[in-house]
Amino acid sequence: MSAHGNNSTLEVLPRNKEKIRKIWKTAGILLAITAVEFLLAFTMERGMLLFAIFIGLTLVKAAYIMMEFMHLKDESKTLFWSIMLPLIFLVWLLIALFKEGAEIFIYRW
Amino acid sequence: MSSTAIEINSKRGIWGGGNEPLKASYGKLMMWFFLLSDIFTFAAFLITYGSIRVSYPAFEGHVSEFVKSNEHWPIPEMIFNAFPFFHGVHLPLVFVGLMTFILIMSSVTMVLAVEAGHRNDKKDVVKWMLWTMLGGITFLSCQAWEWSHFIHGSDEGTMMTFVNTFGETVKEVVYGANLHVNEYGPAPFAQLFFFITGFHGFHVTIGVVLLFLAFYQAAVGVYERRGHYEMVEKIGLYWHFVDLVWVFVFTFYYLV
Repeated sequence: MSAHGNNSTLEVLPRNKEKIRKIWKTAGILLAITAVEFLLAFTMERGMLLFAIFIGLTLVKAAYIMMEFMHLKDESKTLFWSIMLPLIFLVWLLIALFKEGAEIFIYRW
Repeated sequence: MSSTAIEINSKRGIWGGGNEPLKASYGKLMMWFFLLSDIFTFAAFLITYGSIRVSYPAFEGHVSEFVKSNEHWPIPEMIFNAFPFFHGVHLPLVFVGLMTFILIMSSVTMVLAVEAGHRNDKKDVVKWMLWTMLGGITFLSCQAWEWSHFIHGSDEGTMMTFVNTFGETVKEVVYGANLHVNEYGPAPFAQLFFFITGFHGFHVTIGVVLLFLAFYQAAVGVYERRGHYEMVEKIGLYWHFVDLVWVFVFTFYYLV
């Protein structure tokens, strides 16, 4: 157990200004996209187009979080696709089951 | 980051064991695949929400004319319009916007902690982990307020015709929300709210516990002795997943 200060053998590297700048830049992009979503929510008419825009922007946010924050873009291609392909399947599943729900609506009401 | 070089055993090949076929350590790989399974779980919840929601009619008419009823799905911005200490002030989606901001910021501080870990900078790791934890705890506190306000309901309530727990059809004023009936819209509106935000909040709580573990271990020098801060990175992956889920929940439940 390290009882006092710095008797480590690990060398502390100085801060990488570029990486840190990029992290804050991505943060800014995420917050900007969220701000746009808010703006559209209160100015645009509710309808299919608005919902498609929301979902599109959310996917963009998800891409930024996965690629930049979780560093998925730096991982091996095999790992990347073994995550991506199931997610693409989920997008299809979402659309298919939304349509199913719409059908139920027609029969119920 | 694996600190030892791993060589491929030519006799056993890349998949024969003893190396990293996907160039990520065992722990990181397993965290990714666990997150994939949890994404499936939340995708199932959100898809369920979507297909139940579109099976109800949407409110026809302008947003400003919105009335609460169990015969159409509510417009979220007319329901989630409260802010702590501002009783009666109509602030649509402001509080949930604040919650989104807090969670995204905590994700940013998490990435900064991981970046500090790559440089073996113990002080910075501990600092950024602390900020991330504070962000998570603040988010959970906000969610707790949101739940309690949702359950308690508005001052005026809503006159509704519904089937009560005794099986009788009644017409009375409903206040707040429970799993049986709510003043905002059809029963599934509240049911799905509690279900989805509840599961998400549960995951955030687990995340805060993990964050505290990593914070503590970094602070007492476990990772320094180990020679790398990969645990911070793995827990960071979990925390980003929690943020990702929230981004989707926010869009699907509060915006659409």
